[in-house]
Amino acid sequence: MDNDYIISLVEQGKRIDGRKFDEIREIVLEPNISKNAEGSARCKIGDTEVLVGVKMDIGEPYPDSPDEGSIVVTTELSPIASPEFELGPPGVQAIEIARIVDRGIRESKAIDFKKLVITSGEKCWILFIDIYPINDSGNLIDASALGTLVALKNTRYVKEENNKAVFGEFTNKKLELEKTPITITFVKIGNNILLDPNSKEEEVAEARLSAAVYNGRIYALQKGGDKGFSEKEIESMIDVAVKKEKDLKKIVDKAK
Amino acid sequence: MSYTKRDDGRKFDELRKIKAKVGVVKRADGSAMFQMGDTIAIASVYGPRELHPRFLQNPERGVLRCNYDMASFSVTERKKPGPSRRSTEISLVTEKALASVIDLDLFPNTVIDVFIEIIQANAGTRCAGISAAAMALAHAGIPMRDMVAAVSVGKVGDKIVLDLDKEEEDFEEGATDIPVAMTARKREITLLQLDGEVTKDELMEAIKMARKGCEEIHKIQVKTLKEIYKNG
Amino acid sequence: MNERDIVVPGEKIASGMDYLPGNGTFREGEDIYSSQLGLVGVNGRFVKVIPLTGKYIPREGDIVVGKVVDVGFGMWNVDIGSAYSAILNMRETSEFIDRGADLSHYYDFNDVVIAQVTKVVRYKDVNLTMKGQGLRKVKGGKIIDVTPSKVPRIIGKQGSMIKMIKEGTGCNIVVGQNGKVWIKGERIEDEVKATEVILKIEQESHTQGLTDTIKNILEGKGK
Repeated sequence: MDNDYIISLVEQGKRIDGRKFDEIREIVLEPNISKNAEGSARCKIGDTEVLVGVKMDIGEPYPDSPDEGSIVVTTELSPIASPEFELGPPGVQAIEIARIVDRGIRESKAIDFKKLVITSGEKCWILFIDIYPINDSGNLIDASALGTLVALKNTRYVKEENNKAVFGEFTNKKLELEKTPITITFVKIGNNILLDPNSKEEEVAEARLSAAVYNGRIYALQKGGDKGFSEKEIESMIDVAVKKEKDLKKIVDKAK
Repeated sequence: MSYTKRDDGRKFDELRKIKAKVGVVKRADGSAMFQMGDTIAIASVYGPRELHPRFLQNPERGVLRCNYDMASFSVTERKKPGPSRRSTEISLVTEKALASVIDLDLFPNTVIDVFIEIIQANAGTRCAGISAAAMALAHAGIPMRDMVAAVSVGKVGDKIVLDLDKEEEDFEEGATDIPVAMTARKREITLLQLDGEVTKDELMEAIKMARKGCEEIHKIQVKTLKEIYKNG
Repeated sequence: MNERDIVVPGEKIASGMDYLPGNGTFREGEDIYSSQLGLVGVNGRFVKVIPLTGKYIPREGDIVVGKVVDVGFGMWNVDIGSAYSAILNMRETSEFIDRGADLSHYYDFNDVVIAQVTKVVRYKDVNLTMKGQGLRKVKGGKIIDVTPSKVPRIIGKQGSMIKMIKEGTGCNIVVGQNGKVWIKGERIEDEVKATEVILKIEQESHTQGLTDTIKNILEGKGK
């Protein structure tokens, strides 16, 4: 499909999949999709599909935060998901997605890191959040962030014995989520702003903004793409993000 | 949680002292140093030059490649030399902050390499890097439609503040850091990131403050560039 | 904006449709802006900006000093310091070369040549010729790099400056439009003096009384 075709459609107020500019594709959230993980989820936004798994381990707190555990977020862009991905260590796109997801959780304090400590200054739980896109049909950022929330929601601790994690033996203790920050991504095509870009729209987009929002407050922002936004455009995107968060929060809360 | 006075006595909307110089790396096609308070960034530009390996070449336009790096001694606790996930991300957003003003169509199959080194860090490093890089690109004779300036704004305690220093970034009761880059003529926002917590109104107030900060920085960039020809 | 004003990228230099955008400028709406760090120049209705810095941008007709960096099939690649390497086709040499001849026999890796730009296709595919007066391979001597925009000052009005330097140092000098200057003298000291003088012109190209200053240096009267 021609890039010019998409641009001209957008100029006429249309999208190739018939959505409105502020319409998000259908979201399907499925928890517990992988038995051996402490927590896991599948998130589908339209045809984009991402699997997220949470594994826990016991490690040492960082010296400057002896009373806190931590999270490590990694994205693996496997060639399974797209002809554009190659085997190898995480490239810049994978790193960016991981850092955006990390920021949303960390800055909103969705997880109280203090609850992850075992012995102050010595031992704490570390949550490894690993994101595996299975199909890239656009907007991996939001699918990854949503999948991560659902995976965290059903994460249960493994048994701890003598300061070591006993993998495979789960407890009934669930990870507590203090907040569920929702990440919403916009792209700019011509003079129009579209929500939840599909892959063709992503290719053509001149600029991109992802915002992590919870209860009307903004916890993270990341602008991408080669071009820029005006102040007015930023303001209107934030307004839409704050509005949409309410709907998305309901969807996340429903997913057990 | 009220923040009443800045540790260095600045007003809330005041930039740190700025020093800028062009032509600091003789071998580069263009280079500049940009200092804000205690944060020092050096940028050097090589190109346009042929891009190898061939498969990375774009037959329609040139490629802009930015590499941001922090020297191991630039921070209080030694940072292991080499790229990190953070520096990879910053390299990416730096490239995105500068790409829109460069006429890359004029240089198919080539690459314009921008290297940024932070030699002393006291917050606002990616912004100092972008401001330095824009001057280095102009110095290298790369055709650009506009200049780009960058500054961090944020919320420290309850106040919206311009050009946070490290102490403010690490403010005990919480701080929100918002790096912003803007083009000079058209005021387009080409870098925008946020970590922390703000309401929409606070965000828009911060962006407005960043705009003023970028205007001041742009004036300094222009003055510095024009000065090289007054002194020879 | 006035002629010879120094401008930066994005700076407005003219308003209205009376003016036309020349090199180093672009039009947006009714206004013309600079895309370079450089000096404003006016040529009739054209406003242009002469870059003060930056890599050499090849133009047809330029005489350039280059170095052979590759010997290929029926052609050589020559580095002329621009974003792309230039191509010298075997049919563009002053001697007739047999098809199938070993090209490195004529010009080999690292040979220095004085050539002329014949064709430029949008900043790439720069073609060179060695057919023409003064175009030749040169041996020995050294090459120094100066900013291409300073070349006119180094050559001087009708070549007066460069003539003065050649006479004052006894050196053979070819100043390429690409900012590469080939210098060959009887003695190393002569080459060094010529180098110093040329670099000084590059640095002080905009100052008054430069010609006299250079004259004094060549006559051994000052620095």
